[in-house]
Amino acid sequence: MKTTVSMTINGAKHSYEVEPRLLLVHYIRELAGLTGTHVGCDTSQCGACTVHVNGQAVKSCTLLAVQCDGVEVKTIEGMAQDGKLHPIQEGFWEKHGLQCGFCTPGMIMSAAQLLERNSKPSESEIRHWLEGNLCRCTGYHNIVKAIEWAAEKMAAG
Amino acid sequence: MATARLFGASIKRREDPRFITGKGNYTDDVKLPGMTYAAFVRSPHAHARIRNIDTAAARAVPGVVAIFTGADMSGVNSLPCGWDLRKEKNIPGVVQDLAMVPHMPLASDAARHVGDPVAVVIADSQDVANDAAERVQVDWEVLPSVTATDAAAGTGAAQIHAGAPGNVAFKWELGGGDIDAAFKSAAVVVKKRIVNQRLVANAMEPRACVARYEDATGELTLWVTSQNPHVHRLLMCAFVLGIPEHKVRVIAPDVGGGFGSKVFLYNEEVVCSWASRRIKRPVRWTATRREAYMTDAQGRDHVTDAAMAMSADGKILGLHVKTTANLGAYLSTFAPAIPTFLYGTLLNGVYAIGAIKCEVTGVFTNTTAVDAYRGAGRPEACYVLERMVDAAAAALKMDPADVRRKNFIPKFSGAFQTLVAVSYDSGDYAKSFDKLLQMFDYKAFRAEQAEARKKGRYLGLGFSTYIEACSIAPSKVVGALGAGAGLYESGKIRVHPTGMVTVYTGSHSHGQGHETTFAQLVADELQVPIDQVEVVHGDTGAIPFGMGTYGSRSASVGGTALHMSIDKIKEKGRKIAAHLLEASPGDIEYTGGQFQVRGAPGKAVPFGAVALTAYVPHNYPEGLEPGLEETSFYDPSNFCFPFGAHACVVEVDPDTGQVKIVRYIAVDDVGNVINPMIVDGMVHGGIAQGAAQALWEVAVYDDQSGQLITGSMMDYALPKADMLPTYETDRTETPTPVNPLGVKGAGETGTIAATPAVVNAVVDALGGLGVDHIEAMPLTPERVWKTIQAAKSRN
Repeated sequence: MKTTVSMTINGAKHSYEVEPRLLLVHYIRELAGLTGTHVGCDTSQCGACTVHVNGQAVKSCTLLAVQCDGVEVKTIEGMAQDGKLHPIQEGFWEKHGLQCGFCTPGMIMSAAQLLERNSKPSESEIRHWLEGNLCRCTGYHNIVKAIEWAAEKMAAG
Repeated sequence: MATARLFGASIKRREDPRFITGKGNYTDDVKLPGMTYAAFVRSPHAHARIRNIDTAAARAVPGVVAIFTGADMSGVNSLPCGWDLRKEKNIPGVVQDLAMVPHMPLASDAARHVGDPVAVVIADSQDVANDAAERVQVDWEVLPSVTATDAAAGTGAAQIHAGAPGNVAFKWELGGGDIDAAFKSAAVVVKKRIVNQRLVANAMEPRACVARYEDATGELTLWVTSQNPHVHRLLMCAFVLGIPEHKVRVIAPDVGGGFGSKVFLYNEEVVCSWASRRIKRPVRWTATRREAYMTDAQGRDHVTDAAMAMSADGKILGLHVKTTANLGAYLSTFAPAIPTFLYGTLLNGVYAIGAIKCEVTGVFTNTTAVDAYRGAGRPEACYVLERMVDAAAAALKMDPADVRRKNFIPKFSGAFQTLVAVSYDSGDYAKSFDKLLQMFDYKAFRAEQAEARKKGRYLGLGFSTYIEACSIAPSKVVGALGAGAGLYESGKIRVHPTGMVTVYTGSHSHGQGHETTFAQLVADELQVPIDQVEVVHGDTGAIPFGMGTYGSRSASVGGTALHMSIDKIKEKGRKIAAHLLEASPGDIEYTGGQFQVRGAPGKAVPFGAVALTAYVPHNYPEGLEPGLEETSFYDPSNFCFPFGAHACVVEVDPDTGQVKIVRYIAVDDVGNVINPMIVDGMVHGGIAQGAAQALWEVAVYDDQSGQLITGSMMDYALPKADMLPTYETDRTETPTPVNPLGVKGAGETGTIAATPAVVNAVVDALGGLGVDHIEAMPLTPERVWKTIQAAKSRN
């Protein structure tokens, strides 16, 4: 029994027939073809699938696609505007905040929400915020630096 | 022309733009027309005989394309073990031959660990494959199982393989010096049991593969999460499937971390490749994290009884180590090498030790196979040594810094022959330790620690002065030690007619940043802008035969292969330039990006003009081949041995047993450094993994049922950002004389050093209570609290 689910992803309209059990992350990856959002676990621990749904950072493996009919989704592919990187993307590049790159999209989407809510987070606030995003390469050191860099850049306008 | 050297510069990574914009191309991102999806039927039991497999109900599910069991795969061989330990092969140290037990891609007689695959369901969608896999009925006869390392070879233990009586996989030993005399002459002998627990690598990208067989051409393309695509291809074609290697292309695209776990040939990629040939459609499989926990080769798992003989003034006279190494249910690709030649050979550490004896027994258990995990053998050796040095210092009531200093091998370059076969390349161990002690005030810390204790606070400091062995070589030597492969690397430089350069490396990047580091190296040596250089890796259809990336070998072995090809490019360029300039090739030098007559900068030909001439050879030296492309294979003359000194400060909450890392300070010496930013990043990540072993991570199997208790990220404690500190790092640079670049290797140092530094810090914090050792890791609050309570009840 398939259902039609429509949503806007990074400003583009999408509409597909889906099974009720389809997760949002698979809607994004398999149907919309946006593979920047990753799946790193099956228990909502790793955060690699973090996207924004109606402006809220969520793990897209925790939502069914059918719960998302009519929503606005932003994924990592929608972060750069007009060929210009988002300051958080720049920060990750500047401060070597990634190695294998697999957790990076989720980290960036999560960090974007942090800086929307708290434009000048302390180191411990950043570390606490990132609790839902796992990285196995960086030991988090440079991810924290990347977000600090982005916060400063965004504050400077 | 650029004057600043690129070698040694922290330039931003060239691979990052695609990763930060979501444009990476990982295996699970590969989409092909006609794709099918595989789901594996796995054993829910640790040990069970397979009486029957009934696939009828599963076949009836609409959308199922095919179902295969082991019985269908006749003519397919066991997954190979690439390291031999047998007396008849004259492998040194073998006491009892390695039992080469079979490991079939789909088990058909019995399952030997939870997650062992017994059938595969292939369908038009992943959901259908998963649904149908649940309908495959396996008639299991559940057998007794054994999972614990120290129980495997005991009497009454369940027997896992007919070819391995008593579950013993091998016995091996190594040593040097007069161990009996050392212990007889000791003022103090310290004995400890040291458990190095089992770990799961947990690369963030789960393993995956896409196999596409093309009937019309007979070609098979396999996209796979691999650290070494040529090794995957060779093992799969030559040993398991018996298919022609030249018709198989293995592509390891962007790979999301490996840490060793993606070195090995696994059941799933073999089955999908075989199945694609059968059904003539592409087959995709991506591990769920649950599958990753059950099937990715795991790491460490040693139980060691160690004894250290000390003189009264703190000299290490002897070290005797008896280790049982748990190999799991099957022999993974390089499993036998890890607890033997990558472990015993590191037990000399950075110390001048009188005598060493190391005895290792490998055992089979009903657990996931164990193989190389970041550090692979060296962290185990370093942990034993560094824990024992601290325990010895405590026994002698000496300062652990003083004991280390007293025993360091003095500065040398060229060779230091250890008691455990290997010969170090270059080292200045006191120098890195001195630098570490300059980064914080050790005396002031001890005063602060004493002051804190008066207030009921438990601060501790742990040192770790480590040695690491990387770029393992030469091939002739590793072959004599049992390796089934060579350990060289390939590097090809293709200069295009316009002077643009494509670099092909046999090394593989799964986070290490080769596209930047190798471009820096090549642009630096060719003195061309880095934008003119592109790096290609990970595709057997593009690169020369390569051995891949593990053991911190890329820069030292892969980098040197590129350096050799650059030398050949320059040599040919000199001949072309000499012809154009009407000079002798011997008078031509390459400087500032141009070939010029020595001492006459006006008489010069730019690099690009030489490249164009090579491809448009109208005015060209007689007898010289056109084109400008060179390939080299580099087989190092020896290992490289990085080293360093780390210190960790912790605070232990005596009421809860909670450990907080307060400071972490690291001085590493990895030889010359091509990109300091990238090296620092790898050190950070290594420290995090090492510290996480000390405090949080452990793979737990239930003693009775053999079930993997820690089979998800909810149960296996991976470190999070708020559990770790900001690291303070620095380095000394002692170039290796082994290779012309002077680089050693940086990928694993942090992991090797950090575990003992953190554990030593916790033990130091509890030293006032009389604690001089904690037998097993991780040092969870429960374990630390129990240690505190036991100590208090003794006092």
